[in-house]
Amino acid sequence: MLQITCPWCGEREGIEFHCHGEAHIARPENSAEMSDAEWGDYVFFRKNPKGVHYERWTHDAGCRRWFNAIRHTVSDEFIAVYKPGEAIPELPEKYRDPASNRTGAPQSKETK
Amino acid sequence: MANITALARSPLHGRMPFQGSQTQIAERPFIGKLTLRGNAEDTGFAAGVGSILGVSLPTEPNTVTETGVCQISWVGPDEWLIYTADGAQKPLQERLKTALEGIHSAVVDVSDYYTIIRISGTRARDVLAKGCPLDLHPRVFRPGRCAGSLFLKAAIRIIQIDDTPIYDLQVRWTFAEYLFQHLVRGAEEWN
Repeated sequence: MLQITCPWCGEREGIEFHCHGEAHIARPENSAEMSDAEWGDYVFFRKNPKGVHYERWTHDAGCRRWFNAIRHTVSDEFIAVYKPGEAIPELPEKYRDPASNRTGAPQSKETK
Repeated sequence: MANITALARSPLHGRMPFQGSQTQIAERPFIGKLTLRGNAEDTGFAAGVGSILGVSLPTEPNTVTETGVCQISWVGPDEWLIYTADGAQKPLQERLKTALEGIHSAVVDVSDYYTIIRISGTRARDVLAKGCPLDLHPRVFRPGRCAGSLFLKAAIRIIQIDDTPIYDLQVRWTFAEYLFQHLVRGAEEWN
C-alpha cells in the first residue's frame, strides 16, 4: 500500500489522495498573441517521463489541500512533497540526470 | 405556525443504537456545526475569533481544542470545524460574523449537512480498522486528535474523545446509513 506524506497531515494511506497531473504549468500571459498550436500545447500537452515527475496532488479525504510532489514514475517513490508557493526542493544526487532534460527540474513552456 | 423543532429528523432517526458487549454505536443527532475559514496568521482574524470563542484556534494539524461550550477541530491550515450544542450554532455564527466583519473569512452553518456517529468500547478501534486506513494506535492517535479520512467509501472526520476509546465520526447525511450499517456489521464479530 502506497504511503504518501501530506505536508500538513503527515504520512497517510494513498487512497486518501488524488493526483492532478503535472505541476508548475504557468498560464501564458500573452494568450491573445499565441498561435493555436502554442495554445494547444499549453492546454493539452504534458510531460510523461519515465523517472522523476513534478506533480500536483490533493489530500482529498484529509485536509483537502493542494500540494506538490516529486514522484518517480517507475518506482512510485515520493522524493519530496512541498506546499504550494514553496520553492521547488532540489533533487537528491541520485535522481539527477544531466543527460536528459525530460526528467530534470520543470522548465517553462516558452523554452520548448 | 408549525413547530420546526418537533419536525426535525436526524438521518438515523428511528434506528436502534448498537449495544454490544465490547462496542457501542449510536448517532449523536443535532449537534450544531460551523465551518470557519480564515487566515490564522492574520492578527485581526485571530483576535476576532479569540474574542468570541475565548481560546485561540488550534493551528497544529489534526488537533482539537475544547472550550467547555464548543469543540474546535483543525480541518485544514485555514479551516476549522466548531461543534456546539443544538441551537447554539446560529447565535455563535452571528457573533463570529460580527466580530470578523471586513476580515477575509467565512462562517457557515453546516449542522444539517453532516451527522455524528459515536463508536465506543474496547473493540471500537478494531471495528474502525476494518474500513479506515488511519493509524489509530494510541502512540499516533489519542484523545484530542482529529483527522479527515475514509471508512470504506464514506468520507469521515474522526475525533478521539477519550481512552475508552470513544470516537466521534462525522459523516455526510446521505452516507450516515451506509456508515452506521458497516460499523454495526463490523462490530458484530465480537458479540
